[in-house]
Amino acid sequence: MKHVVCRTSEEPCQECLVGFGAEKIREDFPILWTKVHGKPLVYLDNAATTQKPQAVLDTLMRYYTEENSNVHRGVHFLSQVATQSYESGRTRVRQFLNASHDREIIFTRGTTEGINLVAQSYGRKHLRAGDEVIVSAMEHHSNIVPWQMICEEKRASLKVIPMNDAGELLMDEYERLLSDRTKIVAVAHVSNVLGTINPISDIIGLAHRRGIPVLVDGAQAIPHMPVDVRALDCDFYVFSGHKLFGPTGIGVLYGKAELLESMPPYQGGGDMISAVSFEKTVYNALPHKFEAGTPNIAGTIGLAAAIEYVEKIGMQQIAAYESELLDYGTELLAAIPGLRMLGTAKKKAGVYSFLLDGIHAHDIGTILDLEGVAIRAGHHCAMPVMKRFGVPAAARASLAFYNTRADLDALAKAIHKAIEVFA
Amino acid sequence: MSDLRELYQQVILDHYKRPRNFQKMECANRHAEGHNPLCGDEITVYLQMDGDVIKEISFQGAGCAISQSAASLMTTVLKGKTKAEAEELFKKFHDMVTGEGQGADPMELGKLAVFCGVSEFPVRVKCASLPWHTLHAALEGKDEAVSTE
Repeated sequence: MKHVVCRTSEEPCQECLVGFGAEKIREDFPILWTKVHGKPLVYLDNAATTQKPQAVLDTLMRYYTEENSNVHRGVHFLSQVATQSYESGRTRVRQFLNASHDREIIFTRGTTEGINLVAQSYGRKHLRAGDEVIVSAMEHHSNIVPWQMICEEKRASLKVIPMNDAGELLMDEYERLLSDRTKIVAVAHVSNVLGTINPISDIIGLAHRRGIPVLVDGAQAIPHMPVDVRALDCDFYVFSGHKLFGPTGIGVLYGKAELLESMPPYQGGGDMISAVSFEKTVYNALPHKFEAGTPNIAGTIGLAAAIEYVEKIGMQQIAAYESELLDYGTELLAAIPGLRMLGTAKKKAGVYSFLLDGIHAHDIGTILDLEGVAIRAGHHCAMPVMKRFGVPAAARASLAFYNTRADLDALAKAIHKAIEVFA
Repeated sequence: MSDLRELYQQVILDHYKRPRNFQKMECANRHAEGHNPLCGDEITVYLQMDGDVIKEISFQGAGCAISQSAASLMTTVLKGKTKAEAEELFKKFHDMVTGEGQGADPMELGKLAVFCGVSEFPVRVKCASLPWHTLHAALEGKDEAVSTE
């Protein structure tokens, strides 16, 4: 199928929005036809994971049916086909991020592994006792714990950029935290709980003035907006394939070549070496130095198919459509009595975390589920965010481009039902 | 709506909104804390034991309707019971909410039978059983906080 894509302008034009056609797009996602408890599925848990278009499913099937083989090893036909598919997946990711070189794209299991890789490799090499790592108050546990682990080992400390009640980082405080002791800054591009789009260019600019590298956790940004790592000038950018309509178990670490070159390997094994003897091992060149063992070949090829799919729609168009959808839902939810929104930043991606007077998030989740509405309830792997707002748990609905106003109407209706049950 | 009302029965909602025996017990000689890290449910159970008999029981906590009403209802049925009787009730309750065992006779569980709908909601079993695990820890005199994870 063909979607209308605006190729004439960077800014989405009215025609693009009219031609976006989420209803048509939904036909590409077979799982969205599912019925849950006898009701049509309304999938609003996209910040946890996204659904996969038929194109991705077909690609995975085709790979295992026609190409399955190990990569970088065999002289035989299938191995060469698989290697080519795998490496062209890398090129696809490089183009998607607008990185300079394929060797700057490292495949990982996901965002978490990407951050652990940088913490264990870059962190272990550069952190000394008394040094500092800066993260923000709205990080997912995966961008806190890996840094805590290496800080503890190196007797370095973790500094936290605070935020205001809307869920926006306090940039003055951030600037004050930067010092000669700061060895790396690691921040989320978009908050998984609050939806805040952080001023990532400013964060990077301020760090770079002091020569400090910045890792951007892009897990929640990459499905919603165009990302250009060269324009951002970030030093590392990490994301997960499964949140970008691709398979689970595949992720990407982008790193500037000169930084990756200077870093020691993260894991040892096959593929990451060029020569091994019992006396000495010579490590392989980038990107293979950081890809020990047989990689997730199918995952990579599936991710490349997902990228091809979203690029056909256009990331600008997706961002514009979701922004309009977000506003619609924000108004709808604001009209519900007793509903309190967590995260009201001026710049937000499609996430609604909310509380209802007298109804615990878990009960909201159960009642909405019975109405076919899938949301997340709990601490969202961001316990410090929950603590900051003084709540043990929240309900969260999160958008993807296949959601429609009808999904948000169903959400609001189900919330009203929850209120009715507890009245 | 029928599924919904089966889980969120009026008795459950009533105990959630107006929990019974909801206070710290100053004269408690046993107490234990329970925590469900997945959803943040917290419960502290206080006991005043007279030998082997639960003379007084109260609780404090915060969390979902299922966990808090289960704690409230638990406190209303245990006063005067022996430790062994309480543990026996826990087993029956556990069998009911997990749908395991022989299937407890609802008559034996009395008003606790309102939680029979929980077995249809596997992710909510931990909510219903948290107060009982906490009780068990208090009866055993364990100091460590109980976690459902």
